[in-house]
Amino acid sequence: MTDESLAALSDTLFSIAVGLYSLAVVAFCAELAFGGRKAPARELVAAGGGAPVNPAAGGDVDDEPAKARRWGMVAMGLTALGALVQAGVLVTRGTATGRLPWGNMYEFGTAVVLVAVVVYLVLAVRTPSLRHIGVFVLAPVVLSMVGIGLFLYASAGPLVAALRSAWLAVHVTTAILGFGIFFVSGIASVMYLVRSRYEAKVAAGEQPLSRIVHRLPSAAALDRTAHRTVVFGFPIWTFAVIAGAIWAESAWGRFWGWDPKETWAFIAWVVYAAYLHARTTAGWRGRPSAWVNVVGLGVMVFNLLYVNMVSTGLHSYGGLK
Amino acid sequence: MTTTIEKAAAAPVPPSAPSRWGAVRSTLLRWWRSLTAMRTALILLFLLAVAAIPGSLLPQRSLSQSQVTGYFAEHPDLAPVLDKLFLFDVFGSPWFAAIYLLLFISLIGCVVPRAIEHARAVVAAPPPAPRHLHRLPDHRTIDSELDAAAALDVVEEELRVRRFRVVRRDGKNGPELSAEKGFLKETGNVVFHFALLALLLGLAGGKLWGYEGSILVTEGDRFCNTFQQYDNYREGALVDAADMTPLCVTLQDFRAVYEENLTAASFTADIDYGLAGSASRNTTIGVNSPLRADGGRVYVTGHGFSPVFSVTFPDGESFTDISAPFLPSDLQTLGSQGALKLPDVPGTDTQLALEGFFAPTGSVQGGVLTSIDPRPLDPQVALIIYEGYLGLDSGLPQSVYSIDQTQIDRGTLERVGQANLKVGESTTLADGTVVTFSGVKEFAAMQLSHDPGQVWVLGAAVAILVGLLGMLLLRRERVFARATAGPDGPGTVVAVGALTRGSADTAPRFTALTDDVAAALARRTRSQENPSS
Ligand code: HEM
Repeated sequence: MTDESLAALSDTLFSIAVGLYSLAVVAFCAELAFGGRKAPARELVAAGGGAPVNPAAGGDVDDEPAKARRWGMVAMGLTALGALVQAGVLVTRGTATGRLPWGNMYEFGTAVVLVAVVVYLVLAVRTPSLRHIGVFVLAPVVLSMVGIGLFLYASAGPLVAALRSAWLAVHVTTAILGFGIFFVSGIASVMYLVRSRYEAKVAAGEQPLSRIVHRLPSAAALDRTAHRTVVFGFPIWTFAVIAGAIWAESAWGRFWGWDPKETWAFIAWVVYAAYLHARTTAGWRGRPSAWVNVVGLGVMVFNLLYVNMVSTGLHSYGGLK
Repeated sequence: MTTTIEKAAAAPVPPSAPSRWGAVRSTLLRWWRSLTAMRTALILLFLLAVAAIPGSLLPQRSLSQSQVTGYFAEHPDLAPVLDKLFLFDVFGSPWFAAIYLLLFISLIGCVVPRAIEHARAVVAAPPPAPRHLHRLPDHRTIDSELDAAAALDVVEEELRVRRFRVVRRDGKNGPELSAEKGFLKETGNVVFHFALLALLLGLAGGKLWGYEGSILVTEGDRFCNTFQQYDNYREGALVDAADMTPLCVTLQDFRAVYEENLTAASFTADIDYGLAGSASRNTTIGVNSPLRADGGRVYVTGHGFSPVFSVTFPDGESFTDISAPFLPSDLQTLGSQGALKLPDVPGTDTQLALEGFFAPTGSVQGGVLTSIDPRPLDPQVALIIYEGYLGLDSGLPQSVYSIDQTQIDRGTLERVGQANLKVGESTTLADGTVVTFSGVKEFAAMQLSHDPGQVWVLGAAVAILVGLLGMLLLRRERVFARATAGPDGPGTVVAVGALTRGSADTAPRFTALTDDVAAALARRTRSQENPSS
């Protein structure tokens, strides 16, 4: 039933996507290298002159050198091309096996990473200053892809009976979307943590330490990005959990049974709800709430890796033997 | 919000309590207030999540008794301690229930006053404009040559077009205007939090009034929904056995279909089912498609084989077509283990038992039978036959899928034969008894569940999602304006300020609004100057 040549093509496309993303990382690095040259000097003048340095101006400056800009565009182009090829990985897999291409961990992980890349591209196109977090998104993307390819690979094949249900499309698709969005959100929060420390130092009159951090978007913009993505992802994740419960009711005989996967999905949900609250709670704004978001991403990754690979539950469809 | 809680909480306490009561009352009130603070609810929710962690890392009785037993064997010192802390029954433990209950109370305490407050706000007029409009996050002043009332008329029109509710007041600092829209955001919030409550209630109700029984049914056999019949049965504290759905199910035929690479493609069971007093009906159920009848749900949760035997005794008496389900020990190949016990051998006191391994597609190598395919292409059994005392009436429970090893150790049960058989083959024991492997039937592991809470939980979950979308995606906007006399001459300065909840980037919207207001003011001024044009 499985079309072997298409399946092989899918595997080749996977390697090509990894290659393109790696090149994008290199191009993003070049962008940072060329972009940082002028900046620290300018800031020293500002600090020396006693004028308040506006940290918010950081990565938002649009007077970046043309060379940096060109590298940035190359990096974006490579990323977009990589995303297209990666979409091709899933499309060819799906065609080869005649089913939705998210029936095991390899396919699920690939789809999550694709969503993350697309979310990043959308953000960077709509808010150009966000382009500067590119290397910090693409580097984890490359690492994830290599990890997925090495440790989660499962050859193309048919689905087990339990997964043959329309709920696969509903539940797993939304889980992938939510996960991919949280992925970018978590990175934005990590970048926020780095950047806000830098801004605090600048505000305290210390010399800026890092050109790379200087090129990052402002802490406020990163925080806003992290928040917006969670606001977008949280209802999707909520829906994914509900859809999972509905599916479990018809597949396993109960809608909720504290199976390890369910338990960790619930924990992730609570952590993200806590993040949303923390951002509107005095004393939790800023860095503490960013940490909550990072913990949220940690829980999501743990749920994918630990629960599928170590614990035994009903969700053991990972395709790993 | 604090004031609302105070009012709500203070109301039921009788007035003029003695002073000792006063102290107790104020302590209770303080506790109640901290229990119902939003922070407490969040901490409790967080605790619930943290409490769930051991439940996912340690084996749980509710999921797999055998894993718990295995854990006890591996950690003989640690396991009993963990067990005392309910760590193998986390989700049914008193401390989990305590968190759950506290969260529930806390939610009630903080959601009810909030809902009341919201209901009041919906009918009340927008609040008066704050004194210093320039302290609002978004603000702007616009000069106009209109008089104060006419200028505010223009602002009001612009806001009404945008579907704001508007009131005009004469404030201390001049005529002013308050406008508001976006109640649905807060409504979403109230819906979300109430739905959370409803969900907790539905879950608890389902646990108290729900039950679940499972049983292995061989083709041709039937079971009814009474707890005595189940191999495994769990029920909530408030289940009344008399109210159990009167459902009986007969398994007519079971089919497992496999892909070329032996991935299971589908399991389906043809069943006859009937509720008491009504004609039985025929249907097919399978993975992802249970039978739903009158609050009961019947699932196929697994399958396996029941080898069929005939036993003929030396005196000519015989049992024909007796079978027992053999439990799969390897889910890939369905190699299975099981036992068939014959406690009532006619004409003697001795009892007979067959124990062994069943392979749907057998392969014998070096005398050892293994299974190489889950489909029944070449069914074979490797049997050991025992005679003697089975210990069934010893008072100790024993598994129906194996024979009691202690009887063998004691010598009361003796091994009298051994054979590898294909379908149709027999073996003859020393006393002349003939055991024939006559065929194979399939069995289905079936489960009947009843959870009266699940429809509520579904409704609540959908309401949670709807409320969440309202709360996250809508904004509530308040716009205030005040007209004061201009510094020179007859003109007016219109100060506009806005307060938005639920949106990060409010500046562009505010700019658009005030630009429109400024343009409208200018237009109106012009039309007043040249009324003819
Ligand atoms: C004492 C109980 C609670 C109260 C009084 C309360 C109150 C609130 C308030 C005022 C907001 C709006 C935040 C804002 O936009 O400023 C909110 C939002 C929210 N609440 Fe609660 N809450 C409570 C418990 C919970 C619980 C237990 C959850 C469980 C997950 C929860 C989930 C949420 C979520 C997801 C939001 C959206 C946050 C946002 O608007 O950005 N709340 N809640």
